[in-house]
Amino acid sequence: MAERVFMKGTEAIAEAAVRAGCRFFAGYPITPQNEIPEYMARRLPEVGGSFVQGESEVASVNMLYGAASTGIRAMSSSSSCGISLYSEGVSYCASARIPMVYVNVQRGGPGIGAIQPAQQDYLQATKASGNGGFRMIVLAPDSVQECVDMVYEAFDLAERDQNPVLLLTDGVMGTMMEPVVLPEMRSDEELKAFREKFMPRAIVGHPLGQQAFCRPGSVGDGQEQENIKAAAMYETWDKDVRVEEYMMDDAEIVFAAYGISARISRAVLRELRKQGIKAGMIRPITVSPFPYDAFRNLDFDRVKGIIDVEMSIPAQMRWDIDFAVQNRVPVKEVLRSGGQLLTNDQVMNGAMEFIKEVL
Amino acid sequence: MERNMMIAGFGGQGVMTMGKLLAEATSQATDLNVTFFPSYGAAMRGGTSNCYVVISDEPIGAPVSYNLEDLVVMNGPSLRKFLPNLKPGGTLFVNSTIVTEEVERDDIKIVKAPATQMAIDINNPRALNVIMLGVYVGATDAVPEEVIVKGIEHKFQAKPHLIEPNVDAFKMGLELGRQQK
Repeated sequence: MAERVFMKGTEAIAEAAVRAGCRFFAGYPITPQNEIPEYMARRLPEVGGSFVQGESEVASVNMLYGAASTGIRAMSSSSSCGISLYSEGVSYCASARIPMVYVNVQRGGPGIGAIQPAQQDYLQATKASGNGGFRMIVLAPDSVQECVDMVYEAFDLAERDQNPVLLLTDGVMGTMMEPVVLPEMRSDEELKAFREKFMPRAIVGHPLGQQAFCRPGSVGDGQEQENIKAAAMYETWDKDVRVEEYMMDDAEIVFAAYGISARISRAVLRELRKQGIKAGMIRPITVSPFPYDAFRNLDFDRVKGIIDVEMSIPAQMRWDIDFAVQNRVPVKEVLRSGGQLLTNDQVMNGAMEFIKEVL
Repeated sequence: MERNMMIAGFGGQGVMTMGKLLAEATSQATDLNVTFFPSYGAAMRGGTSNCYVVISDEPIGAPVSYNLEDLVVMNGPSLRKFLPNLKPGGTLFVNSTIVTEEVERDDIKIVKAPATQMAIDINNPRALNVIMLGVYVGATDAVPEEVIVKGIEHKFQAKPHLIEPNVDAFKMGLELGRQQK
């Protein structure tokens, strides 16, 4: 096995992206994701790539649009209020079916929020990252290792679908250091094979009709035809739904959490198990497409309640849980926000209150 | 078993380096899970800088705790600010050169070490954090001492002349920590 190294989440994301073949990065500084562009500024020239610090988020996302439409693997990153400024560009990329990857290292919100970690952008990330009703695969890692594995894979998914992919993480995972095993550097041959399989195109040098569809709209029924194609592609994502069902075989109390909240819930439910409480967890790994079936198929005779743990006030993933659960069991929220970090103890206290009520 | 700790002090006392050295050395030399989480954001000159380290043989939940097993304070403001976060029965490590005030809690264990003075005495004033790390490891056995020695060797591999003085400083702290175990 490859050696494990001790890395900060943001730097690990950047290195994994380079190893996935990312050769273009544009971004604009914002805490707590600054180490991604900082790392890329140093690292990309070493592998023949290009780094641009844009004059703004709006410029950066449009540079990403341009770079990715040439077929190169391109990425950007920002945090919360910076991501809001990406909305237009991301929507344009989705419209033009451009395979790009971007990372949201979430901080407090709304507005300028707080520079401390939060999970305040769930609904934006999963439901409407821009205008026009497009969808994206949104991956939600719960460790530095998953940050690495997911950003590595995100480029493949983006190219497969010719669609943007979002890595939704937060300031805790971005800032903390953990042991991680880095993937192999993708070879030029591998990347070429990907491009040829999914993107037999380049803007320069190809005759009309074979060139990239890189305009955001079109005349006549062109837009509707494109929307129909995109909708059909979204329908294929049932196979891409990913969920961790942890200790769920006999669970009576079910934690529902993604990202940083999920790893905290996992530690807490292990403690609850030691006290004889049958707790489990459903962790959406893809928050879009959301694993509705994991909730729909719960044994509602056995499950006494769901604890939704989020670093967001008000709760946001709750919408998806409620959509699947339809009031068949009570749902308790354990939330922090505004840069206040969730700890094991706080989740344990919230869980114990609820358990006394429902068990 | 999970062990969580916080190190806090003035900017410049090597608080982050101490936490990172402990965490990275543990990551490199053991199979344990470990996280390092630094404070970041708005800070005031003369205020506090701090970081959290969690070491566990199980997957780690939050890398931050307000119910600490161990708290290392290198200056007075850190003691006042973070002492309430130390759990009853926890251990407080005090840099007693700088922190001269009495600790007003009797439900915790206190390990005192004049790390700043010791570092000055060996003509290596910047090594106070490595001395304090020695005290911590000596008193807790959080990780075997070889783990940190290897970590120091790794950290200073580009400046090999700094390895020996830092290992010496670490072992000096280790000895003092063991005496107060």
